[in-house]
Amino acid sequence: MAESTVGALPTAVATDPHGPRGARPRPVFSRRNIFLYGTLLLVAVYYALPLYVMVVTSLKGMPEIRLGNIFSPPVEVTFQPWVKAWSEACTGLNCDGLQRGFWNSVIITVPSVVISIAIASVNGYALANWRFKGANVFFTILIFGAFIPYQVLLYPMVILLRELGLYGSLWGLVLVHTIFGMPILTLLFRNYFSSIPEELFKAARVDGAGFWGIFLQIMVPMSLPIFVVAMILQITGIWNDFLFGVIYTKPANYPMTVQLNNIVNSVQGVKEYNVNMAATILTGLVPLIVYFASGKLFVRGIAAGAVKG
Amino acid sequence: MSVATQERAESSVSIRDLSLSFGATRVLESLDLEIGAGEFLVLLGSSGCGKSTLLNCIAGLLDVSEGQIFIKGKNVTWEEPKDRGIGMVFQSYALYPQMTVRGNLSFGLKHAKLPKAQIAERVARAASVLQMEALLDRKPAQLSGGQRQRVAIGRALVRDVDVFLFDEPLSNLDAKLRAELRVEIKRLHQTLANTMIYVTHDQVEAMTLADRIAIMKAGSVQQLGSPKDIYNRPVNRYVAAFIGSPSMNFLPGQLIEQDGQAHFRGEGFEASLAGYPFDGAGRDGEAGRPVELGIRPEHVLTGADIEGAPLVVEVVVDVVEPMGSDTQIWSSLGGQEFRFRVDGQSEIRPGDRVPIGLDAARANVFDVATGLRL
Repeated sequence: MAESTVGALPTAVATDPHGPRGARPRPVFSRRNIFLYGTLLLVAVYYALPLYVMVVTSLKGMPEIRLGNIFSPPVEVTFQPWVKAWSEACTGLNCDGLQRGFWNSVIITVPSVVISIAIASVNGYALANWRFKGANVFFTILIFGAFIPYQVLLYPMVILLRELGLYGSLWGLVLVHTIFGMPILTLLFRNYFSSIPEELFKAARVDGAGFWGIFLQIMVPMSLPIFVVAMILQITGIWNDFLFGVIYTKPANYPMTVQLNNIVNSVQGVKEYNVNMAATILTGLVPLIVYFASGKLFVRGIAAGAVKG
Repeated sequence: MSVATQERAESSVSIRDLSLSFGATRVLESLDLEIGAGEFLVLLGSSGCGKSTLLNCIAGLLDVSEGQIFIKGKNVTWEEPKDRGIGMVFQSYALYPQMTVRGNLSFGLKHAKLPKAQIAERVARAASVLQMEALLDRKPAQLSGGQRQRVAIGRALVRDVDVFLFDEPLSNLDAKLRAELRVEIKRLHQTLANTMIYVTHDQVEAMTLADRIAIMKAGSVQQLGSPKDIYNRPVNRYVAAFIGSPSMNFLPGQLIEQDGQAHFRGEGFEASLAGYPFDGAGRDGEAGRPVELGIRPEHVLTGADIEGAPLVVEVVVDVVEPMGSDTQIWSSLGGQEFRFRVDGQSEIRPGDRVPIGLDAARANVFDVATGLRL
């Protein structure tokens, strides 16, 4: 600034062609950055390492595993453990692998998710917009339901399913998942629908739309984000369920998680670590895919919902 | 046709002894209101006075606790909103965000199961009335505030109804747009000649739009009358203070009788009320009854006009607020803050002593105990 005139206005500094421009540069390897990214890296490695071990182990043959170097990459890559886990592994007398559990889980999850979301969204809508007589009592009971420990309800549920003739069947488990998902899902939908301006609902009533007309034509199209959230919650929750699966179904109908447990914890014969690892990854794959696939949709849903009408 | 039904047929909307309670709170207190066919009625009041609640009752969006509502002679107290022959415009526009303007306009008509050709025709007509043909294929998010409210009005328009209900339609708009749309609504009323019921807390909107204004407070109507009536002869102190900007000056004092003539005795001055239009028995009562004299800032006489005024006093100017077209002067009279208006070109300065005149014919006298105009 030696050449700038004495007494020049401070604004002149900004227009000086030799003066600094843009944001103040920050050193890449500042202590702050090293600490921040170092910590993040450490934590990431800590969490990713088990997955690495699993993948590596599942690709090795048993002789290689017996050498004991769990971190070393496979010398000879083999997909045999994956094939075995999927279609040959034995649980009890059945030796058709995890695939039966997989399809059971699909048959359980899809209707459970669809039915529970369909009912809960209508519940939430009725509670938020139609304020019928006794709505608050109903809502309080529902919320109370969300806080009851599952263990308390296990045995009454067994009796209920037995009386309905659904005990041990896949549809019985679907019913259980639908009921247990109801409190939290209804709360979710009610809160979301409450945030939609009431005047919109009033306008639709003046326009002659009824209970279902307003729900299907006005509310649902505006509520993509919350439906995605509900789907993530339900799919991962039901797919990962073990407790209900083991209690309310019989061996032929066991969901994937229960079957995985039976494969991994089998006490007979040699422990096939590679098969166990492959089976575990296979079981966890569905929630992983849901997270990755819906994550994008979720963000897009929120962005679409953020545009005010 | 019996007398009762004939009377009902003449008025477009008739509200009989209407009450509404939310739990223990009484929001509307046995209201009676007759709104003539083609009339523009404004429900005016501060927030929480029940004006929007009343409108929602008329629309059928709230169930009433007691009383009945007739629209075009038909008892609609328990009818669904769509069956009442009403169209409604909301403060937040309440457009369906996922539909285009065309979708918004035709939504109600589709529900009424109108043939497609007729829907298209009505939408086109509404669009041409409101000059928004170019906007028909846009989504609400792509519209400005003024355009959105125009679409909302259009949505009521296509329904081809007898009664339009407006719930503070201009409150979300900026001042310039508000003035523009206000004129547009007035023009619309002149063209369509529908009955319109309009809720607002803005007295300018009320005065400019209304055939009659209903001033509401705490769930009941304080005064129902033409804008002029309400401005010139407010029934009580609340209405007098509510209407007019800047608001009316109130001077405490007593009503006395001198030589068979009513006089007002304030603090430090006395004025004859000769020419004051007393309402019936209002004048009766004991001498020395405590009253308040109300006078609007724009009705205070100044300059050459004070000649012949029943009372002339001198006040000291405290603050001068030039507004361009006129100038507002703040002073005090009888220990009370006192505002009056003078010409915009006036050269009055703070500290000046100015003579002012009070004209009894344009004054208001309110009983302190009841608040009613005498």
